[in-house]
Amino acid sequence: MPQVTYIEHNGTEHRIELEAGKSVMQGAIDNGIPGIDADCGGECACATCHVYVDEAWLAKCGTAGEQEASMLSFAATAEPNSRLSCQITMAPELDGLVVRMPEAQH
Amino acid sequence: MEEGPGIVIAGAGHAGGSAAAFLRQYGWKGPITLVGEEPLLPYQRPPLSKAWLKREATADNLALRPERFYTQHRIATRLGTRVAAIDRAARRLALSDGTTLPYDRLILATGASPRRLGLSGDAFSGVLALRTAADADALADVLLPGRRLAIIGGGYIGLEVAASARALGASAVVIEREPRVLARVAGHALSGFLEARHRAEGVELLLEAAVETIEGEAGAAAAVRLIDGRRIPCDAVLVGIGAVPNDALAADCGLEAGGGITVDLAARTSDPLIHAIGDCTRRPLPLYGREARLESVPNAIEQAKQAAADICGRPPPVPEVPWFWSDQYDLRLQIAGLAFDPAEAVVRGAPESGSFAVFHLAADHRVLAVEAVNAPAEFMAGRILVSKQRQVAPQLLHDAALPLKDLAI
Repeated sequence: MPQVTYIEHNGTEHRIELEAGKSVMQGAIDNGIPGIDADCGGECACATCHVYVDEAWLAKCGTAGEQEASMLSFAATAEPNSRLSCQITMAPELDGLVVRMPEAQH
Repeated sequence: MEEGPGIVIAGAGHAGGSAAAFLRQYGWKGPITLVGEEPLLPYQRPPLSKAWLKREATADNLALRPERFYTQHRIATRLGTRVAAIDRAARRLALSDGTTLPYDRLILATGASPRRLGLSGDAFSGVLALRTAADADALADVLLPGRRLAIIGGGYIGLEVAASARALGASAVVIEREPRVLARVAGHALSGFLEARHRAEGVELLLEAAVETIEGEAGAAAAVRLIDGRRIPCDAVLVGIGAVPNDALAADCGLEAGGGITVDLAARTSDPLIHAIGDCTRRPLPLYGREARLESVPNAIEQAKQAAADICGRPPPVPEVPWFWSDQYDLRLQIAGLAFDPAEAVVRGAPESGSFAVFHLAADHRVLAVEAVNAPAEFMAGRILVSKQRQVAPQLLHDAALPLKDLAI
């Protein structure tokens, strides 16, 4: 099964297995990984599952849709490699993906 | 060290399930027991009126977390039973299955129940409410092509179900007592916009329409009779007229309650060993200088964090702006803040374009709330403006050519 590594703001790493088709947000929630709140449950409505995608994986994750980009543009800590993790769907080619969490989601 | 009974969470909805997860995240090592009346592990209710009703979501999609999460994190679950009484002196709960459960600390997450009509005809089969997955399954069974659903109440539940009914080929008549839909929770502009859209989708809206009774045939609902004599024939009735907090359990054991269990910003009740979170609470709203009950998932999560942080001795979470969302047809509604005593409503963007926002301002131009329709940037900006209690000149918000970013950040 493909693996994802989540790195908390304090540097703590969590590597989990995440089946293809599930979102990177769901992987964090299902495994109790701190730093991703996901208030809306993956509807791209709240911007509380913000992550920074490791540069090496950025292109493979695709680009943010209009709604997502719009929401991210107002996140206080947004960077060019910011994504909402509910909008990144796990796929075999993302095996090894690394994402980092911001200090806070609000 | 001997392990005590630990924390018991009464209620396994979004609030209770989230509290269990945050307690583990924040380092609580002792036992956690989640007691839930429904037979299911914590799940998301928002899809019940939408994706679940349209059978676009699976039970896996609905679950907040997979079953293994609870075993991995040593969260014991007692499902299909509820807390019937609290003995605070003995720190012991009586469960509805006849057993007792001791606690060191208790988190009440008992939720709310659909308000009932209280009219004759309430008890006919086919008179439905929507709160649980079982309720949604019963509703899905009647939302078939050609079937007629009468919806009492033009609130979020009623409107979301009307949209789902249309998508499923059923007809929908919404019966609302007030002169507009969402009268309690939205401004006039949003109500008017949604009314037009629902009518365009074939939903019949009856406003200022008071229900006299539900008429039945052979024990099943057959029509809704209005006070003015009109009769709305139907195959089923959905009653969506709000919810009442499940606070009797708390009140019965002497906790401060009234229209919700009274809590502070750490989700503490009047008993230092008992917290309360989610729909069952009445909480302070520091941005607005008052108390209210907030029925929403974001509130459930925020209070779950407050309680878990307080119990684990962590700093309280950053206070949040209340927010809500709703999906109807291809419309994404996002609402931040609460428009208490608004003095002015400023529309940004053209409603006829299908993408616009309404900012509600206080007399001093403080931004109280924003209602955004297919306008995520306006929602995000509004949320920031509300949290900063920023005063903004109405014309700056109205002029869609002026970037909101300059105002909000």
